[in-house]
Amino acid sequence: MEAMLSLLSGFFLLFGSFLCLSGGVGILRFPDFYTRMHAVGVTDTLAAAMILIGLMLQNPETLVIIKLMLILLMTLFISPAASHALGQAAVLNNLSPLVDSNIKDLDKSTASGDKPSKS
Amino acid sequence: MVGIALAVNQIKDMFAVVMLAGIYGLVSASFFVAMDAVDVAFTEASVGAGISTLLMLTTVAMTGRTEHEASHKPLLALLVVTVTGGLLIYGTFDMPYFGSADAPVHNHVAPRYIYDSMKEIGVPNMVTSVLASYRGFDTFGEVTVIFTAGIGVLALLSVVRRPKNDAAVEAINDSMHEKHLVLRVVIKTMIPFILLYAFYVQFHGDYGPGGGFQAGVIFAAAIIMYALLFGLSAARRVITQPVVQLLSALGVLIYGSVGFVSMLNGGSFLDYSVLSADPIAGQHLGILLIELGVGLTVASVMIIIFFSFSARSEYQQAKKGESL
Repeated sequence: MEAMLSLLSGFFLLFGSFLCLSGGVGILRFPDFYTRMHAVGVTDTLAAAMILIGLMLQNPETLVIIKLMLILLMTLFISPAASHALGQAAVLNNLSPLVDSNIKDLDKSTASGDKPSKS
Repeated sequence: MVGIALAVNQIKDMFAVVMLAGIYGLVSASFFVAMDAVDVAFTEASVGAGISTLLMLTTVAMTGRTEHEASHKPLLALLVVTVTGGLLIYGTFDMPYFGSADAPVHNHVAPRYIYDSMKEIGVPNMVTSVLASYRGFDTFGEVTVIFTAGIGVLALLSVVRRPKNDAAVEAINDSMHEKHLVLRVVIKTMIPFILLYAFYVQFHGDYGPGGGFQAGVIFAAAIIMYALLFGLSAARRVITQPVVQLLSALGVLIYGSVGFVSMLNGGSFLDYSVLSADPIAGQHLGILLIELGVGLTVASVMIIIFFSFSARSEYQQAKKGESL
């Protein structure tokens, strides 16, 4: 039982760390602000959740589990709100996303991707 | 950390510099955790990576995003700094090595605190007992410094508020409601819990990491979040300027009064043992009261600083709008 719990907790912790790393790789490699933000927003939240669940399984005392559960709840509320705030700040400052150049009949003058335009 | 500090020095884009300063705060907080100093890490994370980044961002929003090129090379200043630094480093050669086992601080001071703290003061968290009771006078100085910073900001950045401004600002705030609906709803849900956590940290400082400084910063952060999303005038209706100024002074007054009452009861300044019949109960009462004073002052001063900065920023924007 103990070995099973520690194996499971190790799996969750490793998965959470892998998600964090892949979010970091996403920031560096994606071409556009919105795709980068999407990569980090999704993976950071899930990574925090996985790491917290892994910690919960490390040492199942009641008080520790309740505290970690509260932290998890707060993270699930706040982290997506932060990503939303980032995205909305970008939209409100007229940062248009990078669009696929293969789409026909598209007004190319508004596609910029990284720098906000003045309009 | 050295790398981050060098980058802060070299980069001209102020926004990146502020973000790097926040990262520096987080890295040093994790460094403190690695050294098992959880109280300090808590304070560093909340102040250095939270409030400090926020206030610097507010300043950058007001002043401008890039640094001007220096008009002259300050060689004389560099020489003075190098000489002073060299003298200071030469002065440390006489001191015992960092962390060596036969340093006086590890032979006399630290064992006294570690072995006698539970007997004399009776709180499980040794950091709180050192901060609040053994070195209570130093903490009094820290609280007074924070209060002085608040006074300085008020003296420099106070803005006379004209009633005409308020109507325009209100109109902007109402129109923003649709745009920021998601954030407003989520933050409204979160603020009570953040305030509750601030109180938890304040009163739990005896048993775990916590205490007045961290609690004050977290409380101020909740209020600042409300002010960011709902507008400065809405926040000022909740936390009025006279009240917050009074509270900041009240915190320092509480701290000083505890010391004074100790003197009236026959002990020395800030000697809590004479505050009640049982010395241990007296210590607990003293620590509770001074942590309350610290939390009050820290929270009020953070709120004062943020309100002054953003009132100034609104004033600048209103003036720019009028002159256009």
